[in-house]
Amino acid sequence: MGEAMSSTKESIPVKQLRKIPTGIGGFDEITGGGVPQGRPTLICGGPGSGKTLFGMEFLVRGAREFNEPGVFMSFEEKDTDLVENFSSLGFDIENLVAGNKMALDYVHIERSEILETGEFDLEGLFVRLGFAIDSIGAKRVVLDTIEALFSGFPNEGILRAEIRRLFRWLKDRGVTAVITCEQGKGTLTRHGLEEYVSDCVILLDHRMIEQVATRRLRIIKYRGTTHGTNEYPFLIDEGGLYVLPITSIGLTHKAYNERISSGVARLDNMLGGEGYFRGSSILITGTAGTGKTSLAAHFANSVCARGEKCLYLAFEESESQIVRNMRSIGVDLQPWLDNGSLHVHATRPTLFGLEMHLVSMNKLVRDFRPSVVIMDPISNLVSIGNSAEVKSALMRFVDSLKTEGITALFTCLIYGQHQDLTEMGVSSLMDTWLTVRDIESGGERNRGIYVIKSRGMAHSNQVREFVLSSNGVGLVDVYVGPGGVLTGAARLAQESKDRQDQKECAEAIERKQREFEARKLSAEAQVAGIMAELSAQEKELKKAIEEEDEMKLKLDHQRSEIARQRHAD
Amino acid sequence: MTSSGEEKSPNRAESERQYELRLYVAGQTPRSMEAFSNLKKICEEHLKGRYSIEVVDLLENPRLAKGDQILAVPTLVRRLPEPIRKIIGTLSDTERVLIGLDLRPRKP
Repeated sequence: MGEAMSSTKESIPVKQLRKIPTGIGGFDEITGGGVPQGRPTLICGGPGSGKTLFGMEFLVRGAREFNEPGVFMSFEEKDTDLVENFSSLGFDIENLVAGNKMALDYVHIERSEILETGEFDLEGLFVRLGFAIDSIGAKRVVLDTIEALFSGFPNEGILRAEIRRLFRWLKDRGVTAVITCEQGKGTLTRHGLEEYVSDCVILLDHRMIEQVATRRLRIIKYRGTTHGTNEYPFLIDEGGLYVLPITSIGLTHKAYNERISSGVARLDNMLGGEGYFRGSSILITGTAGTGKTSLAAHFANSVCARGEKCLYLAFEESESQIVRNMRSIGVDLQPWLDNGSLHVHATRPTLFGLEMHLVSMNKLVRDFRPSVVIMDPISNLVSIGNSAEVKSALMRFVDSLKTEGITALFTCLIYGQHQDLTEMGVSSLMDTWLTVRDIESGGERNRGIYVIKSRGMAHSNQVREFVLSSNGVGLVDVYVGPGGVLTGAARLAQESKDRQDQKECAEAIERKQREFEARKLSAEAQVAGIMAELSAQEKELKKAIEEEDEMKLKLDHQRSEIARQRHAD
Repeated sequence: MTSSGEEKSPNRAESERQYELRLYVAGQTPRSMEAFSNLKKICEEHLKGRYSIEVVDLLENPRLAKGDQILAVPTLVRRLPEPIRKIIGTLSDTERVLIGLDLRPRKP
C-alpha cells in the first residue's frame, strides 16, 4: 500500500468485503454473494416474518452445503421446540447436532427471577457462546432474538454496552453472525440495535395487502455492495425461504436461432415455415371457447414428445380437467404426466397475492427446470391486481424466463370486438402474437386464426380457419370470395358449388370435343368421296387416251398397209 | 462451611433452614471478588451456621453456564431452600440481596 501514491500504474489494494453464501434461495443472488463474512448481519422483522427461519436455514445450509458448523442461540424457543418446528421443513436438526455440525443453546430469561443488586456484566453469555462455538468449531452463529435481553435485564446502560461488546467479540472470533430482532413501531428495531450493526441490515416485511398476505425482503444497508433498494417478494414453503431474484434488470437476454414446432404443422407453416423461436414469448389471444387451451396443449404435447420438459401453469382448470378435455381432441397428455416430462400446476389466482404467484412460479421453474412454460390463462390474474401490476409482474416473469432461455406461451382471454388489444397491454412483451377470432356468418360461428406479429421471422398474413376435431387442431384454407371470407358450412357449400361448376365446365368441353370429332369425321368422309370420284374420272380419261392411241396406231398401220399394197403393182 | 440439615418444626423452620448458595463468576475479577466478600458478609450476619457457599468459575466450567442458565456475572443462585432464586450483580445492595434471598433483615 505504500507504493500506491507514487506509482500511477499500481492501484491501492482495496479490501473487499468478503461474503459467504447463505444457501437461501435467491438471497445470495440479490446480495451478490450472501452475508458479509466474519461480521454480524441484522435481520429485523415483525412477528411471523420469518426471522427465525432465516437464521435456522442459514445454519442448516451452512452445515449441509458449505461445511460450516453453526451455533443457534435461541432466547425464545426451547431447543426441543425448534427441532420439532423445523423438522417439517426437512431440516434434520437433531442429526446435525449429533454430528457436531450444529449446536443449540436455549437461553432462558425470566425477568421475575432476576434481581439486580449492583454492577454486573453478561460474561456468562459470552462464556456460553464461546463454549458452544469451540465445541464444534463453528463458523456461523445465530442469535434469535437478541431483543429478549432487553426484556430480561433492567439496566439498559449495561445491556447496550454488553451488546456492543458482543458484536466486537463476534468479529474477533471471526464468526459470521446473524442476529434477529423485532421491528419497532415506526423504527427499524425496537431498541435501536441497527446502530451497532454497521455492515448489513435486512428487513423482512410481512403484511396484508387487500386480504392477501405478502412477504417482502428489503436490504436496508449493505456496506460495500451496490444493492437494489427495492423490496423483493419472497415466500416460505416446505423447503424454507425463497426470494425472487430480480437479477436481470437490463434487457440482456441471448437470442436463440433455434426454432421449435408449435405442435400444429400448418401453424408452423404460417410462422415462417418452422415454428416459434426457442426462448421467445408467445401470446395466444381469443374470445371464450376459441381453442387457446387446445393450442397450448398441442404445444405441450409436441414439446414432451421431443423429450423436453414442459411446465403448465393453469389458472382456470384442474389437471384432470385439462387432460380430459384435450383427450376429446385427440391429444393425450397423460403419458407425459406419468413419465414426468409434463408438470401441471393448477391454482386459483385469488389464492395468493400477485407477488407470491410470481415467486412460487419462479421457484417451480427453478426446481423443475422445464424448457417450455405455459401459462393458461393470464387474463384472470387481473382479479388480484390492477393491469399495471399484472403487466409488471408478467414482465419480470418473462424476463427471468428469457434469461434462462425458456420458451413461454401465454393464453389470454379477450372480450368483445377489440380483438387486437389485451386488457393488460402485455402484447409488447411478446415476440409472437397469434389470435383466434370468431367469424360469424350464415347463422354459424367459426374460428379463424392468424398471426398478428412474430418478431424475427417472415410470417403469413393469411387468416386460416381453425377447426377442432377428434384428430386435434387443424388449419384449413379460408375461402375468400366476392362475398367476403367464408368459413364453416358456407365454405363447404361454396367449395361444393365450385366443384360443381368445374365439373360442368369440364363436361361442356368434352361435349364440344365430341362434336368436333364428329364433324371432322364427316368432313373427312366427304373429302374421301370426292377424291374417289376424281380418281375414277382420271382412270376413264386414261383409258380413253389409251384407246385413242391404239386407234391411231391401228389407222396408221392400215394406211401404211394400203400404201404398200398400192405400190406393189 | 456446612452444618447438618435436620428436620425442624415449621415454626422454627424458617430461621433454621439450610441455605445452599452458589456464586457464579467468570474469573478472578474485582467484581467477582467484591461479590464474594459481600456475600460472605451477608451470610455471616444473617445465616450464621446454616449456609454453604459454592463458587463456580464459568471460565473453568463453561458447560455449567448453559446447564444452570447463567447469563449475567456475577450471579448468585439460591439453590436451597426452594424455590430457586437468582440475584445478579456485585451484591452491594444488601437490602435487595436479603429480599432476594427471602431473608427478613435482622433487626439491629
